[in-house]
Amino acid sequence: MDKGHTITIYSNQLSAALKAFLYRIADDQMVIAHRNSEWTGLGPILEEDIAFSSIAQDKMGHSHAVYSILHEHFGEADPDTIAFTRDEKDFTCCHLVELPIGDYSFSLVRHLLFDLAEQLRFEMLENSSFEPLAKLARKVKGEIKYHVFHAVTWITQLGAKGNEESKARVQSALNETFPLALGIFEPGDGDEELKVASIFEGEDVLQKKWLEAVTSILNEAGLTLPSLNDVEPVYGGRKGYHTEYLQPMLTEMTEVFRIDASAEW
Amino acid sequence: MIIKSLDPRITRLEIPAEDQQFEPLQPMDQHETYEVFHQEKRGDQPIHVGSLHAPSTELALVMAKEQYGRRSRTVAIWVVPTSAIMTISVEDADIFETTPEKDYREAKGYRVGTKLKAWKKQQEATSNG
Repeated sequence: MDKGHTITIYSNQLSAALKAFLYRIADDQMVIAHRNSEWTGLGPILEEDIAFSSIAQDKMGHSHAVYSILHEHFGEADPDTIAFTRDEKDFTCCHLVELPIGDYSFSLVRHLLFDLAEQLRFEMLENSSFEPLAKLARKVKGEIKYHVFHAVTWITQLGAKGNEESKARVQSALNETFPLALGIFEPGDGDEELKVASIFEGEDVLQKKWLEAVTSILNEAGLTLPSLNDVEPVYGGRKGYHTEYLQPMLTEMTEVFRIDASAEW
Repeated sequence: MIIKSLDPRITRLEIPAEDQQFEPLQPMDQHETYEVFHQEKRGDQPIHVGSLHAPSTELALVMAKEQYGRRSRTVAIWVVPTSAIMTISVEDADIFETTPEKDYREAKGYRVGTKLKAWKKQQEATSNG
């Protein structure tokens, strides 16, 4: 725990668990930020184009903050090196965030399901015994609240307040995205240690909160969440196994960086 | 042949390069417009800052937060459908004109600043003398 200038030394095991946990959070944020930024200039209406791009920028900022914690407290490389020089297998993001932007209905549903999970995760982390993370959770609270507000308003507009076509398209995107979204909560190896150390209560606890929240939002929006029993969660991302889409995205994202890795910006 | 762009996202869309016929947009093809009012500090008057397109009042508020709330300090934002705002038309703007000899009714006719300065000067003179 880092309060002021005192540093608590963690056991190697706990330290590894916490590092892996931070990488999972930051990789998810960075990859979805890049994906959402792909809508810049292509959004359905000008106002939404700007909003979606701005949200993507916020998310990129959040990942930068988490990579900075890894750099400052665990001696990992600086955030740019972490972001731009790793290969696909070093990433532990879930499959949900890697998929191409697809149809706007898919991007919107992904935005809702991911951001709601992020909001609930950071709410839990506000009380984490790992103070740098608790501090960050309190700092970004307002931004994430706005992201969820944006997502919920759109989903409700296209669902309960939309027409037959918009509702059908969002529902179909929801059916497709739900098993992928469950991949957010893929258990990690060190989860038990994090729980014992009061750093994070666990992915199972988060998933339960998320299911409750998402069900109530979708009810209001006139949409239905598929049953948990009917789907197989898409796992693998947390272990470094990814879809065919992640590496091409990383190659594209790092193209400019690789021209001159030592350039000053 | 598809359009090959420097922007990889455009290339990925696989848009045919041949000339295509597009339906021209109809007038008012966009969503309804909303007027946006921005409040910088609690207690300030909300100030009209512009307008935007949105499919509903709720989304107008979301959009307004982004378009008008992100570049400066903001504590509140109001949105109103443009159609809800009534105004005197330009042709009738002459109803605002008053005859020159009645300028005492205009707020600017009462020069508080000058009187206040004169009074302060007088006060100073009294205390010094």
